Amino acid sequence: MSSRPIEKMESAIEQGPANAPAQRTRSRGIWGSALFYVVIGFFVLNLFGMVIAVLLNSLGQQWFATWLPEGLFTNRWYEYEFGINDIVQLGQNTLIIAITTTVLALLIAFPAAYVLARRQFRFKGLLTGLYLLPMLVPPMAYAIPLATLVLRYLGGLPDIFPINLLPVILVNLVPILPFVILILTPFVEQVDTSLESASRMLGANGLQTFWRVVLPLVLPGLLTAGVLAVVRTVASFELTFLVARADAQTLVVTLFADDFAAGMRPQQATDAMAVVYMLTTMALLGIALIFVKPTQFVVRLKGR
Amino acid sequence: MADISLPKEADVSRPRIRIDQRAILLSLPAIIIVLLLFCYPLLFGLDLSLRETQKSVSWSLTNYIQFFSDPYQRSTIWITFQVALPVTFFSVIFSIPLAYYMRRGIRFERLITIMLILPITLGTVMVAQGMLDYFSPTGWFNRVLLAAGILHQPLNFLHHQLAVEIALFIQGFPFVFLLILGYMSAISPDLERASHMLGAGSWLTFWRVIFPLSLPGIAVAFCLNFVANFSVFPTVYLVGEPTNETHVLTIAAYETAYTNYNIPLGTAIAIVMAILELAVIGLVLWLQRRTSRGATISGGKGA
Amino acid sequence: MERIQTLVMRDVTRRFGTTTALHSFDLALEGGQFTTLLGPSGCGKSTALNCLAGLLELSGGEILLNGEPIQHLPAEKRGFGMVFQNYALFPHLNVMRNVAYGLEIRGVARAEREKRVRRALAQVHLEGLEKRYPAQLSGGQQQRLAIARTIVLEPGLLLLDEPLSNLDANLRNEMRIEIKRLHEELGLTTLYVTHDQTEAMSLSDRVVVMRLGHIEQVGTPQDIYNAPGSLFVAGFMGYANRLSVELIGKEGSYWSVQTSTGLRLQARSTRAQSEHWQVGQRVLALFKPDETLADPLPPSNHMRGRVKLIEYMGKSFEVLVLLEGDESTQLLVQSSQTPESGSLIEFGIRPERLLLFSQEDIPALQITQETSPTPALQGER
Repeated sequence: MSSRPIEKMESAIEQGPANAPAQRTRSRGIWGSALFYVVIGFFVLNLFGMVIAVLLNSLGQQWFATWLPEGLFTNRWYEYEFGINDIVQLGQNTLIIAITTTVLALLIAFPAAYVLARRQFRFKGLLTGLYLLPMLVPPMAYAIPLATLVLRYLGGLPDIFPINLLPVILVNLVPILPFVILILTPFVEQVDTSLESASRMLGANGLQTFWRVVLPLVLPGLLTAGVLAVVRTVASFELTFLVARADAQTLVVTLFADDFAAGMRPQQATDAMAVVYMLTTMALLGIALIFVKPTQFVVRLKGR
Repeated sequence: MADISLPKEADVSRPRIRIDQRAILLSLPAIIIVLLLFCYPLLFGLDLSLRETQKSVSWSLTNYIQFFSDPYQRSTIWITFQVALPVTFFSVIFSIPLAYYMRRGIRFERLITIMLILPITLGTVMVAQGMLDYFSPTGWFNRVLLAAGILHQPLNFLHHQLAVEIALFIQGFPFVFLLILGYMSAISPDLERASHMLGAGSWLTFWRVIFPLSLPGIAVAFCLNFVANFSVFPTVYLVGEPTNETHVLTIAAYETAYTNYNIPLGTAIAIVMAILELAVIGLVLWLQRRTSRGATISGGKGA
Repeated sequence: MERIQTLVMRDVTRRFGTTTALHSFDLALEGGQFTTLLGPSGCGKSTALNCLAGLLELSGGEILLNGEPIQHLPAEKRGFGMVFQNYALFPHLNVMRNVAYGLEIRGVARAEREKRVRRALAQVHLEGLEKRYPAQLSGGQQQRLAIARTIVLEPGLLLLDEPLSNLDANLRNEMRIEIKRLHEELGLTTLYVTHDQTEAMSLSDRVVVMRLGHIEQVGTPQDIYNAPGSLFVAGFMGYANRLSVELIGKEGSYWSVQTSTGLRLQARSTRAQSEHWQVGQRVLALFKPDETLADPLPPSNHMRGRVKLIEYMGKSFEVLVLLEGDESTQLLVQSSQTPESGSLIEFGIRPERLLLFSQEDIPALQITQETSPTPALQGER
């Protein structure tokens, strides 16, 4: 799907910023902005530092007392990691789990969000609370009993790919579903009910109205929610950690395990694994940014 | 692109969804999933926690008594709060002035947003991993400070409580900031102008107008960030000190259940964790509701 | 589209929880007729429209199209066209596709579709803008697009829900004329909803004045304007001046009345109720500010008042006076010359334009005076 239709649609829909640029200079002083950029700059700088340090460490022979690693640009550690971990399988697992969970979540969350956005009813607060509950409880709290249950009921599943991923997909659905509902609901609210009424007056039934009017207008929301859900699932640790069997592991869990592997695994090797993980998640974010403007995340990331 | 849905008055003449059953049908999958995969396990966990062993037939409070009477176990509660609360407060309080200054727009907004989404994208494990290299005694952070003469010997930034808190801050601050920014920028500039016209300076306008109106958003940000911080797990193993200084509830629950193979006790700890967290969130939201006066963000002119 | 011979809403009721928005609403539309539902917000006019459209379900009553009940028919099957207050243009579709929407749903072939779309756009003077998106159109153009989208389907009935209320004054006048022209050109049966009496007067063959879910009066614009049937309708149509009077005697179709200051006036009543009025009864006498005459004075019905406030309206002056002898009564009077503030001016009102109403409706009158726009000021800017 090319980005142009979406951008065209969005620029057609957008009403423009509420404030003219002239407001900006008046509402904050020079010092205020300077403070902001300095702080954010410092934050981002250190963040990059961390990422690059990991990257460089994985590409050098060793790194002790020097500014840069010695023996830079060797793929020795990558070979090492690829040798002890089936990275391809891990990558496949990670992607399939992330995408399947996200798609399922979107399919289930969209109608739920539609009802929340459109309907005013007495139990709405209660229903919203129910949906949000999994996000308010620490994953470890429900992970332990959930893992026990999964073991009990799905323990008999054959350990072959991709069926062995099913338990992991199910448990990851728990925090992702509320998350997606939360993000989608404001997007659906923004689609005026009169548009749906107009569509019906023009002869379209419910399904046609959904397909021709509601879906295209909520599409940016679906993409935003989808992207955020995928990214979150790739990074999801606790749930996968407790539930996944040996061959159903993901990249992030393997990365963690590498840090505590029996026998001294050199930091460089672990960092190589980290880079592989990082590349996967950055690639996904990069692909996502083609379809979704980053500013969508800004306001959408808000809670209720 | 204001996202906040303004309160709409019940408009009796405008048509809405007609069919009630359709609403239930549409919500059914979501409701089933939440009930089946979340509520049921929690209830199951509660039941499990009330049994002495997995095979016990009757309920007893043994596990809870055991947890609360063991000082080492008991201390996990205090430790977890000690780790999570300061970081949450700091992230929120730090974000407020920043969001306030940037509420009318940021230059390079797109770029900065991408930058800030980075920690969220990387995830907890990766951030901790990065810290191991960057904040180590021979890492760049120490090197720069040494070279600049600010330090005379490398500081130990890892494997203690502060390290975990730094990690949590890195992971959580961008999200908190973006959330509060979203709420603050949705406050109509007309309200600020009205305040100035009535003679209030910038500080008073902030304190009496902008801050109160942002409180719901701040409360939400606080709660969500607190949840994330309270749930800290892999970070503790990677950059913390899991046996003593940063022996948090998640660690206690996990190790009890999977290292000591005592699932009922582990589940009990998990339930305690869940209750504590919900209690804090409930408290924060209740406090926020009590202090808010139901003001509308638009200033009352109507949707 | 099926030609409408008769469309009847019979005893239509719509409830929302404990509120009844529409009480036993009866309306019969004839083919080609332009009917307006007129009233303040909350009177039920939009509810009636939405019930007819099929967007709201009826709590009671029925709707008969050419004799067949259609109240259970979903909106998409009724074949009515509707123009919404906020236009409800599909933001993700360009002008062409917005107009073609209904045709696409119906499976009309592409060539035919394009032909009909172009014709509809020509009818509303929007040619050449096919590729634009609604957000790129001006308010007036968006309005026209909304209309084009409906008329391209040649519906049997056209429903318009306060389509002009989002436009500024000049545009409103322009579009009102457009709508009138379209109605004359196409001859579609139309039901129009508004709170603006100027629109109602200029566009309609028939006006239905509504209040609190009930019909107050049905008639031609002239009927409603010249002979409002109730205190509410009179207030809504701009009979802003009120005098509390006592009935003294009756001569033919005119009553002699007397104010508390002893002023004697001739007035008439359009209410059937007045048959039962007795001499000595207290009633209200209403007249319109823009029908007051100062120069020259009418033969009878002279009044005097002290000038309190003067507003220059361009064509004339609108003067607030305090009635001589009873300064608590304020009246709005029209004058072609600048009166001096504090001076006494004389004015009058023709007997046939001084209308009598019984006192019972007073509370309602107070409410409507707040919600309806001051009629004297309308249309004069």
